Amino acid sequence: MKILVCITNVPDTTAKISFTDNDTKFNKAGVQYIIGPYDDYALARAVELKEKLGGTITVLNVGEAESDPQIRKALAIGADDAIRVNCDPQDSYFTAAQIAAIAKDGSYDLILMGRESIDFNSGVVHSLVGEMLGIPSFSPVMKLDIEGSTAKFAREIEGGKENLEAPLPLVLGCQEPIAEWKIPNMRGIMTARTKPLKVVEPVAVDELATLDKYTLPAPKGACKMIPADQAETLISLLKTEAKVL
Amino acid sequence: MSILIFVELDNGSIKKTSLEAVAYGAEIAKVKGTTATVLAIGNAEASELASAGAYGASKVLHANASELATENAMAYASVLAAAVQQEGAEVVILPKSGLCDSMGARAAAKLGASIVSGVTELPDLTDGFKVKRSIYTGKAFATVAVKGAIKILGIKKNAIEAIAGSGSAEVVGFSPALGGGDFVAKVISQEKASGELSLTEADIVVSGGRGMKGPEHWQPLLDLAQSLGAATGCSKPVSDLDWRPHHEHIGQTGIKVAPNLYIACGISGAIQHLAGVNSSKVIVAINKDPEAPFFKAADYGIVGDVFDILPRLTKAVKESK
Repeated sequence: MKILVCITNVPDTTAKISFTDNDTKFNKAGVQYIIGPYDDYALARAVELKEKLGGTITVLNVGEAESDPQIRKALAIGADDAIRVNCDPQDSYFTAAQIAAIAKDGSYDLILMGRESIDFNSGVVHSLVGEMLGIPSFSPVMKLDIEGSTAKFAREIEGGKENLEAPLPLVLGCQEPIAEWKIPNMRGIMTARTKPLKVVEPVAVDELATLDKYTLPAPKGACKMIPADQAETLISLLKTEAKVL
Repeated sequence: MSILIFVELDNGSIKKTSLEAVAYGAEIAKVKGTTATVLAIGNAEASELASAGAYGASKVLHANASELATENAMAYASVLAAAVQQEGAEVVILPKSGLCDSMGARAAAKLGASIVSGVTELPDLTDGFKVKRSIYTGKAFATVAVKGAIKILGIKKNAIEAIAGSGSAEVVGFSPALGGGDFVAKVISQEKASGELSLTEADIVVSGGRGMKGPEHWQPLLDLAQSLGAATGCSKPVSDLDWRPHHEHIGQTGIKVAPNLYIACGISGAIQHLAGVNSSKVIVAINKDPEAPFFKAADYGIVGDVFDILPRLTKAVKESK
């Protein structure tokens, strides 16, 4: 079983979002970076599958050198080797094309990633990669088992879930509760230092979308507090003032 | 050229967020001096599909082959790409959803098209084609210059107000060749709560957190939701504890909602939860802790016991009808 796990290097979910350079760049000052939470679920399930079935896990990141600590963490959690495509991705199509270029050379049985990155929230890279490779893709996957060359998995659908079976190879966008996040242990951290991390340059892709500028939402007005003993007035305020009822 | 809009069907009816997508596409068509065509996949009456005309569509392509009756993002992507080619569409609009993100992306890869998901406003056409999209889970926006010859946009709920006019669209059958590769997956079973309002479509959402104290205490919340015609959601701890099903989990790693009214009951308002609700128009927080962070993100707040307040709100809603 050869598994490719794609991870994003993203600001922590509690990070304060601000911009610099005339609102054209994300302000990284003081921001803690993490493996994308959805990607972390994908990685955790990959490690469990490897323990059960054997095989190898390659972790892939499309990003700059600042991703390396997160890549090392993924190696410490249980990936065997890593590839970083050295660039600052700005568009889903571009990112997917980089992943597809790596995947073409690797003949992976499974390509796992999060359902979406938590910085751009597009939720399209898994499907782009699937189509670029000419193999099926599914998202969001919340349960995954492999039997021989068949994947048995569950996907969240509106108001419930759907149980599916499909032949490998597949691209899957993952989410909880596919596995519990794993915390690297000391042995993992030590061995991660010497595991191979290959840095490659990106393939050329037509420019399909570029970032112009960032904006922050307008600040929220003060919260109107309603005394508990007059809770009923909320309903009339929602009708006459907020006009949402 | 033309504008193509994909609409999602729910039991044969066009979803509300899809009508917004139609209105959005029709507005671009008007500015560009072209027509807006709708693509619908699956079972629906022609009269229902023709109603897209009231939102500005002139024609509806209806792909209704039996293989397409079950939602299948890969097959739907092939149908979408075929429709884009037949119509010579340069702009493709989809409502933002899991299905639409997946099928839009696969269609984009087939067509070499730009894909931008999470669009929140009509495009700025004064200098190229620029759209504003939500990023960092609603905590910021990015303006993106869309440069592909074909542009696929996933628009968020409330990106435009869908107001019904009077037109009716011509409904035309659409039967592109369907490939076996799109049907390799076998659907073994579906577990779906029946009769539930869709969280992402709902105009009002009532949501509960750990302050509800346990699954057996959910009735007052369900009563309020029912009186308001609202969908129900919950915080992550609640779904982690199995008090409520996972598909109700709203937040950073769950469902993102954008209703007109979001009522949070006994939810403290951790930043990860707020990330799932910050696109709501009006937020109400009810919590016994006056320091709960939710009050900083809410428009209306009540400090008090949810089990005292919820029944009184339900009564007030019923009396105001």
